[in-house]
Order: sequence, then C-alpha cells, then structure tokens
Amino acid sequence: MTPKMTSPQSDPSEGIHLNGVSRTFGDIRAVDDLTIGVPAGSVAVLLGPNGAGKTTTVRLITGSLRPDAGSISVLGLDPGKDGDEIRRRCGVVPPKPALYDRLTGRDNLVYAARIWDVPQDTIDEAAARFGIDDALHLKVSGYSTGMRTRLALARSVLHDPEVLLLDEPTAGLDPESARAVLDLIRELAGTGRTVIMATHLLHEAEGIADQVILMGAGNARAAGHPLELAARYMKDPVVIIDAENRDLLKDLDSRAGVKATSWNGALHVTLESLETLPDMISELVTDGVRITRIEPMAATLEHLYFEMQRQLGEVPPPQVPS
Amino acid sequence: MRWNRVWTVARIDLHRLFISKDYWIPMVILMGIFFVFIPWVLLGVVTRPQSLEIVAQIGEVLTSLPGAAGDVVQGETPQARAAYSLAVFLLAPVAIVVPLTISSAVGAQAIVGERERGIGEFLAHSPLSVKEIYAGKLLASAIPGYVATLVGFSIYALIVNFRAGPLVGGWFFPTTGWWLLILWVVPPFLLVALSIIVRLSARVQSTAAAQQAASLISLPIIMASYVATSGFVLDPTLAAAIVGTVAWIFAIWGLASGARAMNRERLLGVGIEVSKAS
Repeated sequence: MTPKMTSPQSDPSEGIHLNGVSRTFGDIRAVDDLTIGVPAGSVAVLLGPNGAGKTTTVRLITGSLRPDAGSISVLGLDPGKDGDEIRRRCGVVPPKPALYDRLTGRDNLVYAARIWDVPQDTIDEAAARFGIDDALHLKVSGYSTGMRTRLALARSVLHDPEVLLLDEPTAGLDPESARAVLDLIRELAGTGRTVIMATHLLHEAEGIADQVILMGAGNARAAGHPLELAARYMKDPVVIIDAENRDLLKDLDSRAGVKATSWNGALHVTLESLETLPDMISELVTDGVRITRIEPMAATLEHLYFEMQRQLGEVPPPQVPS
Repeated sequence: MRWNRVWTVARIDLHRLFISKDYWIPMVILMGIFFVFIPWVLLGVVTRPQSLEIVAQIGEVLTSLPGAAGDVVQGETPQARAAYSLAVFLLAPVAIVVPLTISSAVGAQAIVGERERGIGEFLAHSPLSVKEIYAGKLLASAIPGYVATLVGFSIYALIVNFRAGPLVGGWFFPTTGWWLLILWVVPPFLLVALSIIVRLSARVQSTAAAQQAASLISLPIIMASYVATSGFVLDPTLAAAIVGTVAWIFAIWGLASGARAMNRERLLGVGIEVSKAS
C-alpha cells in the first residue's frame, strides 16, 4: 500500500479535516484539541482504547454533534452548516448495528433507501455485495451478530457514499465473521472512498490503514502511515530471542546499547546496531544459554502501538486480541 | 421540511406497530371497552322498561340544566331523552380518552425507544432534518390513536343508533356536536399532548421513565378535555368551535416549540448519558 500524505494541511476541499476540535460533556472532555487530516480516497484508522474519543470524533464529522471549539471540514463543507449535505454523502456503521429487529432485512434497507432517496433496486445489489441477499426476507431478530453487521454495512453503502465512517464495525463478532467484515472493508477501501474506521483492536488496522491515528484522552497522540510511524518510533532494530533456560536471559538488559522487553515469554531485544548481535549471541552461548530462537522482528502495528505508547506515555494499554 | 421523508419515518413506525400484536391487541381491547362495552351496557340499562328509577334520575338532571341544553335533547319519552343524553353527552369525553391513551403509549417511546434500539444513532447520522424526524415520530404516534377513534366512533354510532334509535325516533347519531368533536376538537388535543410527550421522550433516560411522564401529561389533558366537552351540553356547536380553536392554538404552539427543542444530540442521548454517569 502506498503511503499517502496525511498532514492536516492537505487540500481542505477534499477529505476530512479536524483542526483544534474540542467537545466536552459536563466535566468529561471527550475530544480535546484534536487535529487530524484524512485525504480524500484514503483509509484512516482511529486507534485507541475505549473512551479515547473515537465515537465522538465520528459524531463530530457527520455533524451529529457540534464542537465546542475548533473547525471541521468534510468534503469541503462545514458539518455545522451543511450537516444534511454531509450526512447525505456519508455512510456510517455505528457500533451497534441499529436495525429494527421485528422487521425483515429488506424492510430495514428499504427504509434507508427511502431516507437517502435512492432507487430500491440498489438494495439487492448492496445485500449481495455483503453476502446477505439470501436472508433479506427474514426478520432481523433471527440474524446472527455477523449477519446484522453485514446488513448494517450494506445499508451504509446503499447510497454510494463518498465517505464511510465505521465505528467498531467488528464489535461482538466471532473471529471468522470479523475477518469477513474486514475483508469487505478492505474491498470498500479499494474503491476510492474516504474511509475512517474507529477501533480498539490493533490487528484490524493492519493492512487497511493508509494512516493510523493513535488516540488517547480525546487527542491524536500520533498519526501517520504505519511505515512512517515505524520509522519514527521503531528506529532501532529489534530481535526476538528465546531460550530453553529463559532465566539466564534476565541480565541482557544490563548490557550497553541493549534494551530488552518481555513479550509472550520471548524477549524483544532492541539494539543500537545489528553489528553487536553476533558478539552478544556468542557471549550468551558461552554463559550457558541454550538459545532456541533468534529472529529479526518485522514491525507489526501491534508492536508499533505499544512502542508508541511507551514513548508517548499516558495512553492506557489497548485490548490485545487473544 | 420534505413531507415524503416525514412519511418515511412515520411509515416504518406504523409498520412496526401493525405487526406487533403486543401493541395492537391492548389497543383493540381499549377501544372495545370504551366504544362498545360501556355504551352497550349503559344504553342497554336505560332502554330497559324496568329502569324507570334510573331514567327518572337522569330526567331530574336534565331538567336542572339551562334551557338551551333542554332544547337540544331529543325524544318524546323520559326514557328516550335519557338514552339520547347518555349517548350524546355523557360518553363524549371517551372520544378524547381513547386516542390519548393509545397515542401517548406510542409517543412516549418515540425517541427514547429509538435510542435504546440504537436507531437514534442511525437517525442522527442520516440526512433527515431533526424537524422531519420529530414530525415523523409525532405523526406515527398520532395516527394510531386517531384512527382508533374514527373506527371506534363509527362502531359507537352504530351501537347508539341500534340501541337508542328506536326510542328517540330513528337514527340520530352522530350529532353536529359529535362531528365537530371528532374532526375539530380531538386532533388538537391529541397534538398538544403528543407535542409534550415526544419532547419528553427525547429527554428521559428510559422508556419506562417516558411512560411515566406520558401518564402525567395525559391525565390533566384528559381532565381538561372532559371539562371542555361537558360544555357541549349547553351549545354543542359553539362549545366545539371555541374549545377546538383554543386547542388548535395550543397545538400549533406546542408543535413549533417541540420541533425547536429537538436536536441530534437528543437522538444520540449524549447529554443524558453524562447526567446519568454523574
């Protein structure tokens, strides 16, 4: 995936731009001086723990909530003034699928088609796209969580929106359904739409995001393409080392130019330079360590997230998928 | 405001009510009690030859009314006059009680119910304006109550004419006063109540709280309507015209004020969540 320009200074007439946006609810500062920019046609993942301000950000983008401070531009429009037009051009999948249980899947889609004023023949096409067309005649109360999410996704694209806002789209799904939904989102992202996906699950951003926006306490702690962020926050090479007698590895951290952190039992060893690795291994072997694994680590988003968190501080740990 | 969108919002709610037995069965029972059972029994009692004592008591009440009221009551015999009075005057407030009870049940959960189902979020992110959503919800609440009243009124007319008609001297119902009551007085009373109930539904935390609030709103309106419709005894046409006009003024003010009070944040329930948390 080609990294895209992710600066808030990108063309404000396109995409989504929030500049110094704040929103409080009583004493709670849900979004605090948030500045992000999502260029048109790119996919941004709002990544952060529950309460980081992701849902509020989505609501601010559609104009459902008004900011207390700051400015927002969506497709060159101000949600405060042109909210109806923005919402007409946006598709939103809320964290709860928001469907009428006692009605059929088709009834739910017909309702949305009428609201967005689109022909009803788009219903079957959208349903087929998300593999839910065979179940449209059934009441939604009989749907599984995965089917509900697919129906909500189908509903969100009925009117062929330019912007897709997906708020925790895989919440409550089993791994198989979650993967299917993520594949569908990848497919949507490939159609040139501007997509913002809010999630607290790190692996969901993997392979989708042109830009990851790490959120904490209502603010963007860091933003950029995963590769940019890796270059910024994971500059030093990392090697995974494991041994039969792990206890002998505990002093590794005391060596000059070496920083070791434990991860699922194995050690993640950050080195100032890879040139020190052969000597270090030789010394470990001499000390009686029976090494079982030495592997250079490819920077995954998960590792990147925790490294960013460690360097930036403050951000509470996210939920790690089992 | 685009009326096709308003109707879209109203239509889905009406569809949900139509397929929901747990809603319309109590509604039919309520209609049956007020428009069929009570009039059937009461008219049955006064039209029985053995009910002379009751008829005499009603006759005393009628003679104590001002002259205009006495002129309105039709029938040659005391029994006929008693049956006429019962059918035309005593049961008139029923026409308000039934739609208010039915519609307030729907209106109470118009917004808070959507929020509980998560639909509030969907509506908040939709291109519908808040006025279209408000009007749609209001319409969906008003229609079941008003339709029930029209159907009940028709059945009531048949029962009244069937039971009291032969005594009074033929089919006499609906009277001008009742036509005005149903077409001119009931709608604004219904809208006044719903403009407050739907507004409250957007402010409360749960459907249960909304139902409680709706009961509190309905009760004084039912009492007010009872007082107002009792004035029909004196001069049905004039009373209906005055009461209806005043009610319409309140209804228009209530609807405008209710629409202004609605916003997307109420659909999302964000302010309510915070007050709940704190």
